[in-house]
Amino acid sequence: MASNDTIYEDSPGLTPEPGVGGDPYATTDADREDGARVFNASGGDWGDLVDEATALHEERIVVNMGPQHPSTHGVLRLILELDGETVTEARAGIGYLHTGIEKNMEFRSWVQGVTFCTRMDYLTPMFQEVTYCLGIERLLGIEDQIPERANIIRVLMMELTRINSHLVCLGTGGMELGATTVMTVGFRERERILRIFEAVTGLRMNNAYIRPGGVAQDLPHGCLDQISETVGDLRKGLHELELLLNENPILKGRTKNVGYLDLAGCMALGVTGPMLRSTGLPHDLRKSQPYCGYETYDFEVITRTGADAYDRIRIRLDEMYESLKIIEQTVERLKKVQGPVMVEDKKIAWPAQLSVGSDGQGNSLDHIREIMGTSMESLIHHFKLVTEGFRVPAGQAYVPVESPKGELGCHLVSDGGTRPYRAHFRDPSFNNLQAVAALSEGGQVADVIVAVASIDPVMGGVDR
Amino acid sequence: MSDEKKADTPAEKPGEPTATAPEPTVDSDDLHATDLDLTEARATGDTAPVQIGERRGMFGPTKGGDTTGYGGLRTPILFPGASEKPYGSYFDELTGTLETALGEAGDTAYGNAVERVVVDRGELTLHVAREALPTVARALRDDPALRFEICTGVSGVHFPNETGRELHAVYHLLSITHNRRVRLEVSAPDGDATIPSIVSIYPSADWHERETWDMFGIIFEGHPALTRILMPDDWPGHPQRKDYPLGGIPVEYKGGVVPPPDERRSYN
Repeated sequence: MASNDTIYEDSPGLTPEPGVGGDPYATTDADREDGARVFNASGGDWGDLVDEATALHEERIVVNMGPQHPSTHGVLRLILELDGETVTEARAGIGYLHTGIEKNMEFRSWVQGVTFCTRMDYLTPMFQEVTYCLGIERLLGIEDQIPERANIIRVLMMELTRINSHLVCLGTGGMELGATTVMTVGFRERERILRIFEAVTGLRMNNAYIRPGGVAQDLPHGCLDQISETVGDLRKGLHELELLLNENPILKGRTKNVGYLDLAGCMALGVTGPMLRSTGLPHDLRKSQPYCGYETYDFEVITRTGADAYDRIRIRLDEMYESLKIIEQTVERLKKVQGPVMVEDKKIAWPAQLSVGSDGQGNSLDHIREIMGTSMESLIHHFKLVTEGFRVPAGQAYVPVESPKGELGCHLVSDGGTRPYRAHFRDPSFNNLQAVAALSEGGQVADVIVAVASIDPVMGGVDR
Repeated sequence: MSDEKKADTPAEKPGEPTATAPEPTVDSDDLHATDLDLTEARATGDTAPVQIGERRGMFGPTKGGDTTGYGGLRTPILFPGASEKPYGSYFDELTGTLETALGEAGDTAYGNAVERVVVDRGELTLHVAREALPTVARALRDDPALRFEICTGVSGVHFPNETGRELHAVYHLLSITHNRRVRLEVSAPDGDATIPSIVSIYPSADWHERETWDMFGIIFEGHPALTRILMPDDWPGHPQRKDYPLGGIPVEYKGGVVPPPDERRSYN
């Protein structure tokens, strides 16, 4: 600014004190004198930065995209260095949703841990629950004792969650590209699945339904019919999405050859899930290292070879149809297979049975009657298991599952106590987000959105 | 686990009974001072279980809250010890190939690099000497018969009682080619918490190592930018360590006060 007086002309409130004059931001009296030189930045390496920027003579802009940006999938912060419209460097900043879930789990019993880990990646609650429970079951050595019906219900819930997660991925991804209808269709179809979740678990999200040793309770009456009906509706809805997306020229223009990451890049960056399968490698833990009886279901691993954002969208769409196939098989099996949904071992199995009463879901009245009115031993057993929990032999386990986003695993360490000594979740979003730089550098700013949407990160899982 | 937390509580709560314990009250400062020399037990016990600590009493309270008469109970915390050959499954072939691969490289002999092979619950764990970690990781990645393409992550574990091996970094490797998994476990003493970085071998370990540094304070030497990733940049301490308190405030509900989770009565 040439003269400090100019600021005061339009702002009478800022009239300088008589006799002082000069800079209103001055820190010392010497600065207040008229004509004094004003330095606004000083210290540290600021001078070096200024020199560097002057020497380069480039229109280099560093832009912070997020953490409160509507199209960065939650609180993801992207630090982009731009040369005009071209992204020359991209870095992801995370941690804005860190809630210390892993630390908290160390202070709760093994069963209570389910309630925590279900909140990590809030779009795939069942998968965290399953990998956590499979880890506990391996530590306990009861992997073979899980009832068949419990395993089928687990598969059913996981596949419903997979569709749920993919629908949100496509819906929000579409919205980020400006296609609101994709979002409304996606969320409309997701709602059908959430209704099933509500009927089965009592909650739409954060279900805490899968427990060490089985599942919290059996499916409610009439649930299988509801699921069969929903599968039909979902087929129609998915077809609608396909019609909207598959040959959409705008979508193809935005996503074809955008966010390219080939097989070598995926391997180096540890990327799994639809991103890895979009390079043509049919890697799916449900096939290669099956759990919960996945080897007995008939489904395909979807691959494509474009390795770009468009192929990832198509893979997710096709995977949802495969999930529907699995769901139909589970429904058929659940009609035939009856029996318990929790291990026989009463020292591990959750004692309470749930039921729906006039005021919502809670402990079943029969169970309350037994422990409060009939059997003192039942009451002690219930109390001990609920407050103290069961002990898990010392050791460590890692049982990964194929979540909608890739390999999700839980590294569990037990010291033989009633609480996890350490529970570390290998979240696929956390790992896959590392690929942001590889996907978006050299592209346009608008392509960054597409690239990030094709990773499908959920910050709840990334930051935990 | 609650023991460490108790050690952080500055003063006893006034309402808590203090003189009822039949056992002599354990001073909170040396709650984890065990009489056993853990180092010796490790060096000699090849196949013997590894003791990483000791559990006292049957319930959480350590300051006189235990009126059950079990306060004097001492149970060692034992982790599975080294396994003897044959390990079973693909584990023999894997360790054999690794031995050959390391021999060819000539840098480190297999015996020096792999301190202990533990086969437990169908999972293979190689306890690797920390200076040999890059060599072992490179051999596991590059040898055609091993071909562990993906490092799925780094997890840290803090064992405050394992003198000289307090901090563990646990790597899970996946071979898609052979459909195999292996776990590498590396330990470092608290006073010199450095472990060589494997980012140059597995770029995917970048964020995972940053997270382990953030949460446990393990310095991964050679990491391109070892900065905090989940916690704010200026955060003091490393939250996942066992000596770091969980934090929290008492919550009042209908006249009663619920203490924060790490100060509640608990079981161990």
